[in-house]
Amino acid sequence: MESEFLKEDKLLLIKITEEIDHHSTEKIRRMADNEITRYMPRKVLFDFSKVSFMDSAGIGMIIGRYKTANMLGGTVQMTNVKPSIQKIFEMSGVLKIIPLIKSV
Amino acid sequence: MKGLYENEMKLEFLSKSNNEAFARITVAAFAAQLDPTIEELADIKTAVSEAVTNSIIHGYENMEGKIKIIAKIFANTIEIEISDSGKGIENVEMARKPLYTSKPNLERSGMGFTIMESFMDEVHIESVIGLGTKITMKKVIEKQEEFENDKQLEIIGAE
Repeated sequence: MESEFLKEDKLLLIKITEEIDHHSTEKIRRMADNEITRYMPRKVLFDFSKVSFMDSAGIGMIIGRYKTANMLGGTVQMTNVKPSIQKIFEMSGVLKIIPLIKSV
Repeated sequence: MKGLYENEMKLEFLSKSNNEAFARITVAAFAAQLDPTIEELADIKTAVSEAVTNSIIHGYENMEGKIKIIAKIFANTIEIEISDSGKGIENVEMARKPLYTSKPNLERSGMGFTIMESFMDEVHIESVIGLGTKITMKKVIEKQEEFENDKQLEIIGAE
């Protein structure tokens, strides 16, 4: 996971750099929550360009980070999501609260 | 003598979460001989990942146990059987329901079986309390290229 905080926009960019499953979510969850609570961003943008695989563990992971960010007054968005992963997000209905946006 | 199946493989591993990737990659490598599309391969990997994760989290509740996978190929179909000797599923109907999870505190989405059912053509669940769970899934891989070739032959033949 790589992250960058853009102070002027209060935007936290989190780039996930591994496959997302039950095994990897524990680490991603801990690191992401750490960054969110540290910067209290207005917006958190998860970049999925380096994610080649995700199963349903990713749904719980992203909802969990939404809860953390939301509690601190921020929103969450996702970008560069591959079609096979988008299909999983679509099935869960999570895109209603955590939208996909075009890359920035 | 030719058996019922054209090919078969068996895999057994400990219920450790770092075996989730090992399991789905191995099954995908076995399925590759059916020449699936990238999307079909992703569907198989995801379904295997869901079933194996269920065995680890729910079947064994993070205790050590063994998970067994048997994959079989016949014609253009792959059949994947994933079994554990864990605690079993109390209510299979409930477990199948989208968004239902017995472990919401673990940030589980409850989408595991829904994903297996929508990504595979058939999903059967057999579970006995105290004995374990066996998931059997089937997926038909359409032979795209051969279909194209047949069409081309038809066109050539017609000329």
